[in-house]
Amino acid sequence: MHPAYSVIIFTTLSGMGYGLLFWLAAAGLSGSIAMDGVFGSIAFGAALLMITLGLLSSTLHLGRPERAWRAFSQWRTSWLSREGVAAVVTYIPAMLLAVGWGVFEDVSGIYAVAAGLTMLGAGVTVWCTGMIYACLTTVKAWHHPLVAPIYCILALLTGAVVLNGLITFWFNVEKNIIWLGLAVICVAWLMKAVYWEQIDSAPHTHTAGDATGLARFGQVRVLEEPHTQANFVMREMGYQIARKHAEKLRLLATIGLFVIPALCLLALLVATPGFAVVLGFISVFSASLGVLVERWLFFAEAQHIVMLYYGAQSN
Amino acid sequence: MTVLPSSTEKKLGLVIDLDTCVGCQACATSCKEWNTGGYSAPLSDADPYGSDPDGVWLNRIHGYEVVSDATSRTVHFPRSCMHCEEPACVTVCPTGASYKRAEDGIVLVNPDTCIGCKLCSWACPYGAREYDPHHGVMKKCTLCVDRIYNQTLDEEDRVPACVRACPTGARHFGDLGDPTSEVSKLVAERDGYGLMPETGYKPVNQYLPPRPRRDASTVPVSAALSSADDNDQDIADRFFRWADKMLSR
Repeated sequence: MHPAYSVIIFTTLSGMGYGLLFWLAAAGLSGSIAMDGVFGSIAFGAALLMITLGLLSSTLHLGRPERAWRAFSQWRTSWLSREGVAAVVTYIPAMLLAVGWGVFEDVSGIYAVAAGLTMLGAGVTVWCTGMIYACLTTVKAWHHPLVAPIYCILALLTGAVVLNGLITFWFNVEKNIIWLGLAVICVAWLMKAVYWEQIDSAPHTHTAGDATGLARFGQVRVLEEPHTQANFVMREMGYQIARKHAEKLRLLATIGLFVIPALCLLALLVATPGFAVVLGFISVFSASLGVLVERWLFFAEAQHIVMLYYGAQSN
Repeated sequence: MTVLPSSTEKKLGLVIDLDTCVGCQACATSCKEWNTGGYSAPLSDADPYGSDPDGVWLNRIHGYEVVSDATSRTVHFPRSCMHCEEPACVTVCPTGASYKRAEDGIVLVNPDTCIGCKLCSWACPYGAREYDPHHGVMKKCTLCVDRIYNQTLDEEDRVPACVRACPTGARHFGDLGDPTSEVSKLVAERDGYGLMPETGYKPVNQYLPPRPRRDASTVPVSAALSSADDNDQDIADRFFRWADKMLSR
């Protein structure tokens, strides 16, 4: 599948924002972070900015961005529509919580309710993003039970890394949140490794014979393409990355998304305040790069069954 | 509205005969000609006369070679929207621009509400939807909805443009939901099939498989040609052979 940059930026940046929002709300409810108005304002500001920029980026690949408001209407059947609705609804408790924490330094009562709803909204929104892809039976690598959970865990991972990075500026370190980040990295790494292993082991045995229903008459091969130049279907659905490049990029994604952030978080446990800021910065930079590569591969490695008509082999 | 109708009154669709299709592209060009001025006009082209032409087509004709043992045959294979009974291209649409009509089962895109997100093209297993970058919306086969009910056209023209254009009669149009219709009878008689049934989209369009070959590899060479022995022939055959020999002098 063609990796559209606007969609990659959207899913990774808004994912990071929702992850940060989720952990902030959780930390507010559990009292894991000291109530500081300035920290709260900046942390919520960063989360909402990332979410908003991500959502705006998602409209860049539309043919008619001025009609984007129509996408809120079909939530009964469309995961894309559900995602849009969930994203907008989540702003309400998130902004209320931001005011509670940032202005009044209070996360009790109505603000506690807002925190709970923020966690729910963030989770639902990212789940819907994952389901946009996971519901497509035409792309086998996406129609996989781990796809939507991986979208969620990577949002939690990048959000946790950013939260730890922000904390290094204010409070040096919060050990509980470091251990939380490390636990999320371990789970995410395991899930992604299992996912890659499973899409690799799926047999690629479907051919043009299966797609045309002509396999029973013999071996089907493409004799003549319908057109001399590549068309929309081939450009959009026929993007194919070389196997050896994919392996290198998987390694890069693993190092950037899991290995370096994990090492940085471990080092934070013993770091001096000045060095902690540097470690926080490195982990955020590395995880951002890692998740961009991971998301690019998610598209570039996925095969669409329509390419069978053009002679591709698929699972 | 992207919620699918629970059932449709008719299941209008195409039946394509892979035995008689000669791959002449007449259906593709007549489709382009009609629909660039039709329901969701235009079907834009970029650089149409240049070195790298690009454009929207609603019907694409593939050519395959089917090889079995020592022989092979060419099968021309038109591919367009199947007007599926379970079209996920409709249900994934976030705006409601894509819909399936309850009255005849035709799947359409409303060009005034489509946002051009292309998600429907990802959901289609048949590659039937193409994005028009100049119009900013998705285009697809309309089953010539602006022809088939058009009272201003002569009755024989009230069929999809591709069906009207086909010089070999390889394309048929009708109600596949009515078992007594001509197209349904054709499908039953010729063992017609839908593409990739495992996807669960329940395509309405049906394909008629190529008939068995009629050549030396499948049909026994006739007895008259194989027996050169005069003793096996009756008096009339021997007379005509003699007459042929005399007249050939």
